[in-house]
Amino acid sequence: MAADETLVGSVCGTKETTACDLECRGVTKRFGSFVAVGDVSFTVPRGSFFSILGPSGCGKTTLLRMIAGFLQPDAGDILIKGRSVLDEPPNRRPVNMVFQHLALFPMMDVAGNIAYGLRRRGVPSAEIVRKVEDALERVGLPGYGAKRISQLSGGQKQRVAIARAMVLEPDVLLLDEPLGALDLKLREHMKVELKKLQNRFGTTFVYITHDQGEALVMSDQVAVMNRGRFEQVGPPPALYYRPQTPFVAGFVGDTNRWRGKVLTADATGVKVSTDSGLTLLAVSAAGMSPSAGDEVDVFVRPEAIALSRDEAGLGTLDNRMGGEVVSLLFNGANSRVLVREKNSGGEVDVTLPQAGEMHELKPGAHVHFGWRADQALCFPASGGDEA
Amino acid sequence: MSARTKLSLILLFAPFALWLGVLIIIPHIDMFLVSIREKIGIGQYRIGPANYMAFFTEPLYWNTFMRTALMSIAATLLTFLIGFPVAFYIAKVARGRLKTTLFLMVLLPFWVSELVRTFGWMILLRETGVISHTLQWLGLVHRPVELLYNDGAIMVGLVYTSMLFMVVPLVTTLDSLDDELIEAGYDLGGNGWSVLREIVIPHAMPGIVSGSIVVFMLSLGNYLTPVLMGGKNSLWFTEQIYQQFIVRFNWEQGAAFGFLLLFLSSLIVWLGLKITGQTLRETMG
Ligand SMILES: Nc1ncnc2c1ncn2[C@@H]1O[C@H](COP(=O)(O)OP(=O)(O)OP(=O)(O)O)[C@@H](O)[C@H]1O
Ligand SMILES: [Mg+2]
Repeated sequence: MAADETLVGSVCGTKETTACDLECRGVTKRFGSFVAVGDVSFTVPRGSFFSILGPSGCGKTTLLRMIAGFLQPDAGDILIKGRSVLDEPPNRRPVNMVFQHLALFPMMDVAGNIAYGLRRRGVPSAEIVRKVEDALERVGLPGYGAKRISQLSGGQKQRVAIARAMVLEPDVLLLDEPLGALDLKLREHMKVELKKLQNRFGTTFVYITHDQGEALVMSDQVAVMNRGRFEQVGPPPALYYRPQTPFVAGFVGDTNRWRGKVLTADATGVKVSTDSGLTLLAVSAAGMSPSAGDEVDVFVRPEAIALSRDEAGLGTLDNRMGGEVVSLLFNGANSRVLVREKNSGGEVDVTLPQAGEMHELKPGAHVHFGWRADQALCFPASGGDEA
Repeated sequence: MSARTKLSLILLFAPFALWLGVLIIIPHIDMFLVSIREKIGIGQYRIGPANYMAFFTEPLYWNTFMRTALMSIAATLLTFLIGFPVAFYIAKVARGRLKTTLFLMVLLPFWVSELVRTFGWMILLRETGVISHTLQWLGLVHRPVELLYNDGAIMVGLVYTSMLFMVVPLVTTLDSLDDELIEAGYDLGGNGWSVLREIVIPHAMPGIVSGSIVVFMLSLGNYLTPVLMGGKNSLWFTEQIYQQFIVRFNWEQGAAFGFLLLFLSSLIVWLGLKITGQTLRETMG
């Protein structure tokens, strides 16, 4: 054991191995020659909410099933509380899973579902009754024990599925897109609810989703996954404001993207001539140092772009241009304006300011817009990794 | 409802009603009338329950029925025990091509008539048959062995004949069992046995019930297999009915036995459902 403990690295620190509930080291899974999960390493500190975010088919479920024990990795190791669990079958692992389609047992009532795992552990029946009631209380469904699964609403099923897993007090709770089947309104509600539940139980959550909204709202740490690999792991603001790869820049949050060639590059910034004929001032993403002639992608968030009726309103912004409003996408506080830039003809997504003169904006209106150089990140151009 | 839709509804149900009326209800009414006739002289009859009383007063009839019922229940159980793993493998383990092939293999024996199938078994099991020869050739036995004409042979024949009717409903219900449920069963700490008992079997219950009813009824009403594989002394109830109708030409007694078979088998199915806590409605729904 002692030798093992010194191996546990990075986030968890070397002394306190128990501060870390789950660790994956170089986990790899191949289906034939196709690499579904490639060399994934990460650690999840105790009691935190860890999300794995990635587009459909990137290998999220495969990774989760390896942690749960339904798939054996081809390479790498999975440790729970510092102990390798590769040799343990799913029913012995101290992890429980909330399935993509919840997988509640329709042949049992709500209490039967929650009691199932306790019965399997041989908990005395009086204690089972108490624990089931307690679990129902905690997920906000007191007195629902005798209901059939078919009598529950989507959100209630959701909570029963979580209660069923949580009542076993697992070291790690795995959730496979459990909100995917719910309608939008309920999903928004359950997001908050789930975060509250996690706080209340203090259990470590590993949550997978392809919805960046879910990941950003709930998580302490988010791993962005693409084609079986982790692109970046970090807290939500870091992913949003300091993406390390073009995929993360494009996938997390909305963004405008231009492809172009570097004209000049120095310590203060990069000057890029885009393929559509614009000249933009940008900064290089952390760790990249483009040189003149390199092909790059420039990313600018819609909310980083200032909008003005007249040119003077933009002041001394590094990038300034004008255009015509193509359309208004009203969405309350997240309303957007689509502007066609007058020289390049390219369309730019701009967040609509809620206050002031922009209120009366109509399609066809002429506007000026611009942004600071440090709000435009440039990455070496990537191949087909479109987000 | 407009006259048109009413007409099309009538036309739609006409063949079914005709089939039910002509082939089931009318013969049964006639049979019932025959069964309550008592023969008091040549061409002279009166109405009475004597034919039914004979069943209860003559131990041979009663014992034959009990034996038939118990053997049918045993055949049903055996068919289930053999059929369930097969159905589970086809529905949950086999994938793609293999699945279709296995399913066809279960179906295939039923493209041959029951008579030919039964003769197939007889060729294998009789004294001068394949198994007897093989055993002698291997030196395990020193004289020909007769494997036919005993209860074991009847059982083999019944189980073989019924297998399809158990496997098909089981495959259908097991197919509809979400793999996630089985995985959830394991994930929450269950082992193979508890997942089977608490998740798979309760889910497959409608299939088990309907399969068992069909197999039981088919075994009870089977004539060919018990007679051919059990020989003269198979003592199967249908054989009694055949005897009365064809050999003794006692249609009144045969008809009464027919009705008793219908009534008693329904009673056994009803009892079976009661004991296992199932309802027919759940099975159909
Ligand atoms: N048993 C398997 N055999 C072969 N390929 C598989 C198998 N399971 C998954 N894959 C492949 O592995 C890749 C990753 O699948 P996975 O189910 O992990 O995706 P995911 O990220 O969960 O996607 P989604 O968000 O759509 O659920 C997919 O391209 C899939 O086709
Ligand atoms: Mg998935």
